[in-house]
Amino acid sequence: MNMRARDTQDQPLSQSRRRLLVGGLTATGGFMLGWPLINMQTANAQASSTQKIGYFVEIRPNGDVIIGVAQPEMGQGVRTALPMLIAEELDVDWSRVQVEQMPLGIVKTADGFTWKYGGQGAGGSTSIIEAWPFLREVGASARRQLVQAAANRWQTGLGQCRTEPGYVICDALDKRLAYSELVADAAALPVPEDPPAMKAASDYRIVGQPKPVIDARDIVTGKARYGLDTDVPGMKYASIERCPYLDGAVAKLDDTAARAVPGVLDVFQIEGPKEGEPYFILANGVAVVAESTWAAFQGRKALQVEWTRGPHSKESTESFWQQCNELLASPGQVVRNDGELDAALSASAKQVEARYQQPYVNHAPLEPQNCFAHVQENQARIIAPTQMPSGASRAVNEVTGIDRENISVEMTRVGGGFGRRLTNDYVAEAALVSKQAGGLPIQLVWTREDDVQNDFYRPSGMHELKAAIDEQGKITGWTHRLASTSKYYRRPGVEADKMFEAEMYVDDFPAGLVDNLRIEWLAVQSGVPRGSWRAPAHTANAFVVQSFLDEVAHAAGQDPLALRLALYGENRELPYGQHGGPTINPWRLSRLLQHVAKEIDYSRKRPDGRAVGIASHFTFGGYAAHAVEVSVSKQGELAIERIVAAVDCGLVVNPRGVEAQLQGGTVDGLSTALNLQITVKDGQIQQSNFHDYPLLRLAGVPKQVECHILPYGDAPTGMGEMGIPTLAPALTNAIFNASGVRIRNLPILDQLRQAMA
Amino acid sequence: MVAFQVNGSAVEFAGDEQTPLLWVLRDHLRLKGSKFGCGIGQCGACSVHIEGKVQRSCTTPVASLAGKSVTTIEGLAPSERQLHVVQQAWLEEDVPQCGYCQAGQIMAAADLLGRIAQPTDADIDSSMSNICRCGTYVRIRKAVHRAVELQAGGAS
Repeated sequence: MNMRARDTQDQPLSQSRRRLLVGGLTATGGFMLGWPLINMQTANAQASSTQKIGYFVEIRPNGDVIIGVAQPEMGQGVRTALPMLIAEELDVDWSRVQVEQMPLGIVKTADGFTWKYGGQGAGGSTSIIEAWPFLREVGASARRQLVQAAANRWQTGLGQCRTEPGYVICDALDKRLAYSELVADAAALPVPEDPPAMKAASDYRIVGQPKPVIDARDIVTGKARYGLDTDVPGMKYASIERCPYLDGAVAKLDDTAARAVPGVLDVFQIEGPKEGEPYFILANGVAVVAESTWAAFQGRKALQVEWTRGPHSKESTESFWQQCNELLASPGQVVRNDGELDAALSASAKQVEARYQQPYVNHAPLEPQNCFAHVQENQARIIAPTQMPSGASRAVNEVTGIDRENISVEMTRVGGGFGRRLTNDYVAEAALVSKQAGGLPIQLVWTREDDVQNDFYRPSGMHELKAAIDEQGKITGWTHRLASTSKYYRRPGVEADKMFEAEMYVDDFPAGLVDNLRIEWLAVQSGVPRGSWRAPAHTANAFVVQSFLDEVAHAAGQDPLALRLALYGENRELPYGQHGGPTINPWRLSRLLQHVAKEIDYSRKRPDGRAVGIASHFTFGGYAAHAVEVSVSKQGELAIERIVAAVDCGLVVNPRGVEAQLQGGTVDGLSTALNLQITVKDGQIQQSNFHDYPLLRLAGVPKQVECHILPYGDAPTGMGEMGIPTLAPALTNAIFNASGVRIRNLPILDQLRQAMA
Repeated sequence: MVAFQVNGSAVEFAGDEQTPLLWVLRDHLRLKGSKFGCGIGQCGACSVHIEGKVQRSCTTPVASLAGKSVTTIEGLAPSERQLHVVQQAWLEEDVPQCGYCQAGQIMAAADLLGRIAQPTDADIDSSMSNICRCGTYVRIRKAVHRAVELQAGGAS
């Protein structure tokens, strides 16, 4: 699924180039579309000293180049990687480049809203894929204008001029001009309709080179600004006490003591969605507005609220698994059915069957949700750490009625996203608080407890797998039945028979590689909100499928690596209809597996209690593999000795950034597999902060974590998500190989010790 | 009224003396570099130095600071132009992803290097208890080792 297109409802970027060029002004008048080479001078720019070329590029008299970044930066590295694409084709010295975060740019046209700077939003690992053609063209177009300006100045042909970083050069005339001397002329030139020539990959000076995080100095000196660091003069602070029961409400409120807390300015109720209705915010609650964050927190503590227990007060994690067991006893919705599975099963020499469980998990970005909102009668200003700024604009429109043209959304650096900030419920809350407080500018601050207990959690589910193996040890049949909670729960416009699409990507491995295949989905009823958690269904399904594949290999007396290589087959593209398609090439997984196997010395005999496990998976266009080496003592103590990870994300734009995402994904996968789960009792989330939702710390990370990048082809894929899904199955496969204990339920916690006791 | 020092400047706080230092820094002194992550001393995003020792500022009431000296990430570098060796090492190893925890991580590492000139991996594991949700730990570990080298004389 392309989350951006789905979430924004704004017009996609893929309008014809001609329309963008020719229709720089829309039919209804006056609005500039996202074509980058319209001469734009910002209101406060001094025309004599600073010139912008389009929205993205500004070249200063001293040669500094300021490149605008339209996408939100949440740690995935786009603030560095996207400007690299412009800088490459513009042909400038990377050391002169600085970046600026651009605000949301949407423009109202006769056909609805469209993008001013191209699509904005970070989800589904799509930024680099979509930017790859667009931003290189931005850079190349700007370069062509500069070259044309120089050619005009020198009264020579375009073909007589070339560029070196920051300069246009005419060898025949022995002349040379800095971009900064040409930018005013260049910005005033008409833009040709034909696309500019782009560099050959062999001429790249920036793309493919390791570039550190461009604003790292601001981060290490404490100057980087996140949402929570927003400081608008006159701003007040707000905090919301939300109902601790899923879909519960305020039964009785006594705010006398809260209002008496020094610094508290106002207390009022915030009304959440009715049971079963779409979430615009997550819960009913009581807002406290105060002069400081601490006063708002103290005011909250002093509230006396009685809550109704809501419709899910009997829901618990135990009842959840019981429901899954009951559902799996009956047939589900068949969402893929190849060949004759039942015949394959009855003809098989051997069958393997297993059930796996995946818990709910919390996103837990380290920066708690927060948002600045100033809602006035006909306009609103929003400053937010969000993955989806157009969604923020829509959220504010929905709760205030203010026209989206009059809602400004500024983006800060985002202190972690992981999918949590695709949903702008906290933006809607902030707008409601500002509005209900009579138009005060406020910053809404969530506590960690608010964040752990009010999330769109990663869906939870129980998987039942069965495989048929013939006399030769070949897999002849495969079925995967999943009882789970769709992340599309309460999402408007999703039909019941499409709810599975978020949980089962039907073209995932082993589809197309096993002749007789059936996939079924069963809907579990739960009041727990859920949403997109980094690599959504891939984290659950890669664990299950890659674990079960090892179980099948062992049952068939085959080596797990050899079995995978045989299944993945030769270098060719197979159809893949879900997000990350249109094709998948399983051979690219084989290439990665062979690489990690070699690095970790897969076939070496190891002492008892020590072993390697492997896994590989295709996620949103990228390919990844992990090899994990563990030791398990006789008492069941687990030590992770070494992790080797490899990724194939196509052409590599920034190797430093790709490595960072692979390292981070590996750690995220490890942290989640070992220790993380959200549980429910009496309709309440049981975890509340990092003492009971224990994210991994440095001491838990193995000393040897090695990351390898295997480039492929001539275009990049995203890198934000593919580093996670394979870690958990490689780990549990290693644990099995070392101990004989098969971990089928995550998180691992102390299952190993219990099994070996 | 509580009087103390922040980054070498005298400050006074006249509000609720149970207010955690973190919120005094952020809301009153407008020093936004120390971050709020958990509020219970778990994650360390709020780490500062108090009298030269690393502390979680989200659980340190301002009342306890009378006469004391506080250094935040904004005051860690010796000068505008010269970074602290830990900050320099963090740049060289390109540690940050989202970056939200890194001020706290850097304050913790600076404290470690102040106490132990040549920390072992075990020293690093036991001292660096801050949470990084992005999982930058592999580079954090390298950066601490790099900072040790820089502190010892900049060998590369």
